[in-house]
Order: sequence, then C-alpha cells, then structure tokens
Amino acid sequence: MTRRLIVTAIGILALIGGAITYVIQARDGGATENAVPVVSGQPMLLDGKTLFFRNLAPGPDSGKLAAVPVADPGTPRRVGELHCDRFAAAHGTAICLRLKPSSLPPLTEMFVLDANLHERHRETLPGTPSRARVSPDGRIVNWTLFVTGDSYAATGFSTRTGLYEVNTGRLVKTIEELAVFVDGKRYFASDVNYWGITFGADGNRFYATMASKGRTRLIEADYRAYRGTAIAENVECPSLSPDGRRIAYKQKTGPGTWRLAVLDLATHRITHPPESRQLDDQPVWRDNSTLLYPLRNPSGTQDIWSVGLTTAPKLLVPQATSPSVS
Amino acid sequence: MYLASVGPPRTPLRRAVRNVPGNVVALGIVSLVTDISAEMVTAILPLYLVFGLGLNPLQFGLLDGLYAGATAVLRLVGGHVADRWRRLKTVAGIGYALSAIAKLGFLVAGPVVPAIGAVLAIDRAGKGIRTAPRDALITSSSDPASLGRSFGVHRALDTVGAFLGPLVATLVLWASLNNYDSVFVTSFALATCAVILLVSFVRDQPAPPPVQAPAPIRTTLGLLREANFRRCCIWAAGLGLLTITDSFVYLAVQRRWDIGTSVFPLLPLGTAGTFLLLAIPLGRLGDRIGRWKVFLGGHLALIVALLIICGPIGSWWLVLALHGVFYAATDGVLPAAVGPLLPEHLRASGLAVLQTGQALARMAAAVTVGLLWTLWDLRPAILAFTLALLAVTIAAAIFKPLGVRR
Repeated sequence: MTRRLIVTAIGILALIGGAITYVIQARDGGATENAVPVVSGQPMLLDGKTLFFRNLAPGPDSGKLAAVPVADPGTPRRVGELHCDRFAAAHGTAICLRLKPSSLPPLTEMFVLDANLHERHRETLPGTPSRARVSPDGRIVNWTLFVTGDSYAATGFSTRTGLYEVNTGRLVKTIEELAVFVDGKRYFASDVNYWGITFGADGNRFYATMASKGRTRLIEADYRAYRGTAIAENVECPSLSPDGRRIAYKQKTGPGTWRLAVLDLATHRITHPPESRQLDDQPVWRDNSTLLYPLRNPSGTQDIWSVGLTTAPKLLVPQATSPSVS
Repeated sequence: MYLASVGPPRTPLRRAVRNVPGNVVALGIVSLVTDISAEMVTAILPLYLVFGLGLNPLQFGLLDGLYAGATAVLRLVGGHVADRWRRLKTVAGIGYALSAIAKLGFLVAGPVVPAIGAVLAIDRAGKGIRTAPRDALITSSSDPASLGRSFGVHRALDTVGAFLGPLVATLVLWASLNNYDSVFVTSFALATCAVILLVSFVRDQPAPPPVQAPAPIRTTLGLLREANFRRCCIWAAGLGLLTITDSFVYLAVQRRWDIGTSVFPLLPLGTAGTFLLLAIPLGRLGDRIGRWKVFLGGHLALIVALLIICGPIGSWWLVLALHGVFYAATDGVLPAAVGPLLPEHLRASGLAVLQTGQALARMAAAVTVGLLWTLWDLRPAILAFTLALLAVTIAAAIFKPLGVRR
C-alpha cells in the first residue's frame, strides 16, 4: 500500500511538473528568429500606396500588423508594435480586431485607428474576430465576429456583425434589426445571421450576407433608411468593387468549401476569375480589375495572392493574411 | 475499504459519502480528474480550431457530428468486451488511456482537418468504451440498497471536474500567454494522472466463479428477451426521443430572457451547479422511495422547465435549476435502477445497451428539434416535444418495468 502510494505520487508529481514546465517555456513564444526578413522601427502610415497584412511568418513578430509597398510587395515587410488578427483601412481610417488574451468565453477588442495608426476609439465585444472593413469614405468601420454556442449544434457558431460611426460615435452591436425584404415581403426569422459588410463609395449603400434556414442571400441595403432587399442567393462575404459595379465573393461549392466568384450587379451574371482553389475570406479589390485574398498553404499557414478578372493568380506575400490596401 | 474512519469536520458532503464504498469514491475521483482534462479541451476547442488554425466553423460542425454514432457503437463494444474478459477495470482503463493519448494527438495533428477528425474520433472512442464498464463497476462495488447514493456520489464528483475544466483552461491560457498547445499538454497530464489513479486505487470487481463459456454476443441480445430489462430500455429510449437536448434549452432560455452573448456560455454552469448539489440527495431519495419514480420525476422537472420557457411567467434561473434537477434525477438514477436487474456477468453489456439506446434516441431528438425549429420556430417545436414527453412520462409511470421495485 505504502509503496503503491509513493509510486502513484511520484507519477502524478512528474506529470504535473512536466505540464507546468511546458507552460512556462511556452511563455517565451517559441521561435526567437524571424523566418523571413523583417524591418522594424520604420513609420507605418495610411498613405494609399501600402499593402497592410497580418504577419504569419514564424518568429517574434508573428501576429503583428505588417506592411509592404503595393508596387513592390517583395521587399522585406515592415512591422510596428500593433497586433491585429484582422485589419482593414480606407480613407485615413483603420480598424484592428484583436482577440482579447485568455478570455473564456472569448472577447474581441475593436480599435479604430487614424491615418498614423494611433488609437482613436476602442470597444470590447463578445466573440472571435472574423471579418473587418472600413467604408470607402472612412466614416464607418464594421466587423463580423464568431460567437459560439448560439446555434443548435452545441459546438455550432453564429456570427455577429456590427458597425461603428467614427465621427458620431454611434455603435451598432448587431445589424440583425435591419428591415429586410425577400421577394417583396418583410422577412422575419429567429435564426438570421449576417456576415461580411461592404459599403459603397457614397457611405450609404451597403451589402452583406444574410443566412437563414440553411440559405444565404445577398442583401443590398440603405444605411440611412436602414432597410435592405435580397438581390441574389449563395453569395457570401461580399466585397464591392471601387466603381460599385461588381461584387467579388466566396461562392459555396459544397459543405465547407468555397471558391472565388464575381457578380455583375447590372446583369446579375456570375463569372469566375482563374482561381479555382479553396477560398475562405472576404476578397479585397486592389483596383477595378484585381482582387487580393489569402489562401491556405500546405504547411497550414496562409499566403496572400492576387488575381485579375481574367488573368492568372500571382503569389504576392507569403505567410500573411487579412490584406488591405490603403 | 470504507471511508467511515474519517474524523471531523463533518460537512454535509462528508456525511453524504460516509459508508460509500472506497471503489466508488476512487472511480469518482478518476472521473473528476478526467473531466477537468476533457472540459479544458472542450472549452478551447472552437477557439483553437477557428482561431488558432483558421478553420471555418462549418468544417468544425461537420467534424463534430461525425462521431456521435460511432461512440454509441463503441459503448456496446466496451461493455461486451469487459464482460467477456471479466475485466471491467482494464477495459475502462483502456478507454481512459485512449482519451489521454488523444490530447497529445492535437499537437501532432496540427492544422490538418482529417487528422484533427481522427484525434477527435479517438477521444470519443475512449469515452464510449469506458462508460459501461465504469457504471458496472459502481454497481458491483455497492450495496444494492444504497446504489442510488453511490451513483449520486460518482456523478457529483464528475460534475465538480466539469466545473473546474474551463477554469483550469483559462488559467493555463493566461499563464502560457495564449498558447493552445499548453492547454493540450496540461490536459494530457491530467488525463494520465487519472489513469494512474485508476490503476492504483480502483479494484476490479471481486471475481465471481468463472463462467464456463465466455458470454457470446447472443447472450447480450438475449438480455432483451428479459421483459423487465427490455421495458427499461424501451422507456429510456422512448423518453430520450422526446428529450429536448441541452443546447436547445440554453438557446430557448437566451431568446426568452434576451441573455447577452458574453453570459450565454455560462448558462450550462447553472444546470451543472444544481446537478452537483442534488445528485447525492436525489440518489438517496431513489434508494428510499424507488428509483423509477425519481427517474420519471426528473422528466417532470424538465417538462416544467420547458413549459416555463414557453409560458409568460417564471425566470431563467428557475429553468436552469429545474434542468439541473432533471440531470440529478436521471443521469445516475437510471443505471442505479437498471443495474440490479442484470446478472453480474452481463452487467456492463446490459448497461451499454441501455445507455446506447438512450444516447441514439437523444441524437434523433436533437435532429428532429432542429428540423421543427427550421419549419415552425423554436417555441412551437419545444411545446410540441414537451406535451409528447408528458404523455410518454405518464405512460412510463403506468406501465413501469415490474422488476424495478425500489
């Protein structure tokens, strides 16, 4: 009995000791060298000529906001001190979403930043970061967060999409109150989820995906009137081109699989840029004919690619995600 | 080995576990530590998959739905093999060990979806294999007259683990600066500690006279020819088919009382808290007035909870408390009611058949409620189920299994 007790105690102490040791060494964050060349200490500004992204290259600067010139994305990435899980910018305003460290249930910190990337405003919201955008006029920042346990699979997810007016300070935690019309009738359902807002140049017209009862619809909405209409089906994570004529989005091809597609708003014709790989993000328009988007690579991280409406895809920045040009 | 010699302080818990067989307490502690380990991972898994690995939540949902059926089948396998080898402790231990190894599997699998699927499958397999032999061991180690209390003690300890899991996960995340691998490593260490505790302190059932031939599978199914056991299985499955599963209860509570998203994940704690407090008293009540009565009474508590959700009065904490009463009056009480009906050499197999039937029925219920929700809406779906559950509960009280005297 005594010997059994001693052996058991030794075994348990060894295991707990091992776990504590592991936790302590994990604090140092693994890699001490950056896997790719990184430049720090350089200023980062929203000058309209820069491609911003979340740096995923292993090393001390992994997870930080990084930048390269749009014209020459191959140069070493510049990093500052800002950590962002999702980042987007337009017209001198940026939004940075960051998962709040060790919060269970998870919380997200939403920062509004000015043209020098200094904090203007901060909100703490429930959920984990998924999408972020700034309206072309820089006045409205919006986001989509995953919220767990809000659906009928115990492990299911739902989304919570909200927005914040930078100048007035008006906060809309969820756009689920939007009056939506489907086939001319006001649509009511308890299971409505929205994700992926994109605003037009006027700062009033916006688009978003509404999911309900197993279908996803593209909603075209008027912000001031706060009402919207379903104009298409199977359009997720819409992104409006700068000229307002097209919507790039991820088109569902099967359970858990999507590809890049482009919808012409005038003709409702759907075309596919020459990119057939799995896409799982809201595409970004670099100009009216080029799209940027992250793709998962075999090693499990992501790379940023660009593709023309009819020209072949190019690798832009390896080990990076959440691209934004500003 | 009895814990009667323990001196003061005589807390209520002390009094409650006085004279509880040491084996049951040891199994309870093993479950407690295992549950900390399991709930740690459950708490961070969605975060890890979606955030750490960048998977889409939908893929995660697909992964998750895939294994529930396999778990049920493995429960039958675990029960059968344990009876056949006459080794309840060994088979339960294999189940605990499989789940422990799976925790390290997350580190190896990385972001590869099929590999994560395989790891989750191994984890579920371990859970499926160990349940029936563990409950059979509790039955064999206890005095039949106080079996309800034994199960109550075990389930209460188990629930303490479920409470601590998310707390430990948060602590590890905080200490490791949000390193998910640390959570898996800690979870593995705790699960392995539980296996060591099982090996050291849980004793296999006293060996009965060796059976001439090992029990063939026909005999397990032959159990179903036994009218009393068959009735228990049919009623357990029939009630399971109409039981609104947890996630729907919490969702309905959230909608009815408009509970904030940050509070929502904490709702299960309300249920678990009541379960923890009442598992032992209701187990003892079952020993005294009859376990089948308490089992059906638990379903009445669930019915009242659901009616409150659909009705104009009441409050959310009352619903959660009643939901906890439902668990305290059914989860350990059912095996305590049915265990004594089974011959010792087929106990694990029999409990596996009972629990598998119940689990599959509840899965079917979840799918049906989901469907009705989409067609009608959540409240009418719940109301329809509740009325049907009331009818079946009354029927189960009238045509109760005869052998369940106590």
